[in-house]
Amino acid sequence: MTTVAAKPVTTKPATMAQALNRAMRDAMAEDPTVHVMGEDVGALGGVFRITDGLAKEFGEDRCMDTPLAEAGILGAAVGMAMYGLRPVVEMQFDAFAYPAFEQLISHVAKMRNRTRGAMPLPITIRVPYGGGIGGVEHHCDSSEAYYVATPGLTVVTPATVEDAYGLLRASIASDDPVIFLEPKRLYWSKADWSPEAPAVVPGIGKALVRRAGTSATLITYGPSLPVCLEAAEAAREEGWDLEVVDLRSLVPFDEETVVASVRRTGRAVVVHESGGFGGPGAEIAARVTERCFHHLEAPVLRVTGFDIPYPPPMLEKHHLPGVDRILDTVARLQWEN
Amino acid sequence: MTVQELPGAGASHRSTQPPAWRPRTDAAPLLPDPEPYRVLGTPAADRLDPELMRRCYAELVRGRRYNAQATALTRQGRLAVYPSTVGQEACEIAAALVLEDQDWLFPSYRDTLAAVARGLDPVQALTLLRGDWHTGYDPREHRIAPLSTPLATQLPHAVGLAHAARLRGDDVVALAMVGDGGTSEGDFHEAMNFAAVWQAPVVFLVQNNGFAISVPLAKQTAAPTLAHKAVGYGMPGRLVDGNDIAAMHEVLSEAVRRARSGGGPTMIEAVTYRIEAHTNADDATRYRGDAEVEAWKAHDPIELLERELTARGLLDEAGIQAAKDAAEEMAAALRDGMNAEPVVDPMDLFAHVYAEQTDRLREQAAMLRAELDAAEQEAAELEEGDPS
Repeated sequence: MTTVAAKPVTTKPATMAQALNRAMRDAMAEDPTVHVMGEDVGALGGVFRITDGLAKEFGEDRCMDTPLAEAGILGAAVGMAMYGLRPVVEMQFDAFAYPAFEQLISHVAKMRNRTRGAMPLPITIRVPYGGGIGGVEHHCDSSEAYYVATPGLTVVTPATVEDAYGLLRASIASDDPVIFLEPKRLYWSKADWSPEAPAVVPGIGKALVRRAGTSATLITYGPSLPVCLEAAEAAREEGWDLEVVDLRSLVPFDEETVVASVRRTGRAVVVHESGGFGGPGAEIAARVTERCFHHLEAPVLRVTGFDIPYPPPMLEKHHLPGVDRILDTVARLQWEN
Repeated sequence: MTVQELPGAGASHRSTQPPAWRPRTDAAPLLPDPEPYRVLGTPAADRLDPELMRRCYAELVRGRRYNAQATALTRQGRLAVYPSTVGQEACEIAAALVLEDQDWLFPSYRDTLAAVARGLDPVQALTLLRGDWHTGYDPREHRIAPLSTPLATQLPHAVGLAHAARLRGDDVVALAMVGDGGTSEGDFHEAMNFAAVWQAPVVFLVQNNGFAISVPLAKQTAAPTLAHKAVGYGMPGRLVDGNDIAAMHEVLSEAVRRARSGGGPTMIEAVTYRIEAHTNADDATRYRGDAEVEAWKAHDPIELLERELTARGLLDEAGIQAAKDAAEEMAAALRDGMNAEPVVDPMDLFAHVYAEQTDRLREQAAMLRAELDAAEQEAAELEEGDPS
């Protein structure tokens, strides 16, 4: 997969939002074919301010406010990519992307295949996703299962400030369409990104062991990574030394990193916000079981959002996988009975 | 509380006047003509370009033959399906002829003939319908987007491409084709709106052939004409006789010129008729009568032009025969091309999903490879053991 080396930066980004902004700025500065487009991305800088200042710096043709119509936005981006541009599309909120699904599934995901590779579409589709921000209905969906079920799409989701920069640069550089899922509740998470020593940006398709451990592996991504790291710390009191794997990329799926970890620990729990039935965790659990059957001391378990429409803000804390639910599930891994 | 009692229900309750408001443009110049625009058989035909019209005639005859040959190929099982454009050839040919080399055509699934008239190899144009691959040509090489099966979804692509070309300073016009049924789709609306807001160099050609499979126009829209839809987006709507190739060529050329010179998009409704069924899988007798079909057959695009040109002495028997001969030549080449058994490589299933193969697909490709090898070996063993 494409690996992009981050160039040294002069301003330390303080938040994931700023890292994403910086990634687009750098990509636009280096490549005149990169165009940012969507509703409110121009003067307003996006409702989350992720595109702040881009229209001012690169002009309204490079950071383009479009009419409010997601199918039109993505459909126009298809035509722009057909002509050699690299559109970076903002979908504003997870559930607002649904009107664009026909374009996404019938054209974006399939154009390379339909044309025998003659017409790849280098489109990056940024989708702020997930809950935990007290948003009202239609503002907190975790829609990754729809995307990962669509062949032809690459699906990535950063969980750290550094990855937000690196994965977005790699997504924009990719010759394939990428669904870039932004965990919106981490937009304001603090940076540990040192501008003096920028790490090599991860290529798409590489998972990372965020915390080494020996008792069991927590497999997670995006908004659930900080929760898993917190759970791993808390689990130490219970005598559990948990390893935490951050997938970073759902498609392609870095099976090797996951399998190596589970073979070391012998136990695995998959954690994500989206519903469990038909969710990414079901696929991961199946793959881990196939590849690690003789290494497993217990069935692969999952901690996911409930299989319900996303709840109203006052109930979301009961729905989202939290530290306690993860610890309770880890306790079930003592498969002695 | 009654309606009258509701605050703000009557104008008399206003304490202030709303800010001044006026429509952004005068709608009148955008409105279509009340009758479809016609040239053939009218005084306007005096200004016909003989060379262009002879070429149009030859293309129409070739197009009719292409339709007949493709339909015959479905009966022979060579094509899975063929959506015929018999009766609509003038729209298809005019759309192809008004474009320059650098321009782009965005056809729907019914518009293979437009792609062929633009110069695409007839066999390549039918790959999708034959079933050996989804698109049989490189869209960039021919500047013809893949034939689009989902309705109206290719229209926003045309807008995006035209917009991108303009951003790059290139002289490119996109012509997007859609049927009357497609005008009900959300993507039609969004494409028209984007094109008008961006003043993109796009021409939308709606072929109103009377039916969306079986549903007649009256059940499709309540608008006076489809061309009226353009007004709401802020672009001109033109209503044209879709069987009159001179009128089609003139109106399309004017729209292309307008787009090329920065005048923005135009929407054209070509009033025409689908003489044959939706596809070979459709039974058109269930939803329309013979009388209607016969009336439209009497308004045939080829005959209209032939009458005009022969009356004016611009076409003679030799010219008619030459067009027929050229059409037969094309049909023979098409038959030959389609009768050659297409070669498909099963491993192509995995070849064009991603730029770089994923581990998952590599694994599945290996599985298929093993199945193919096993089948090949089995076949070889059978042959060895065959006493004959």
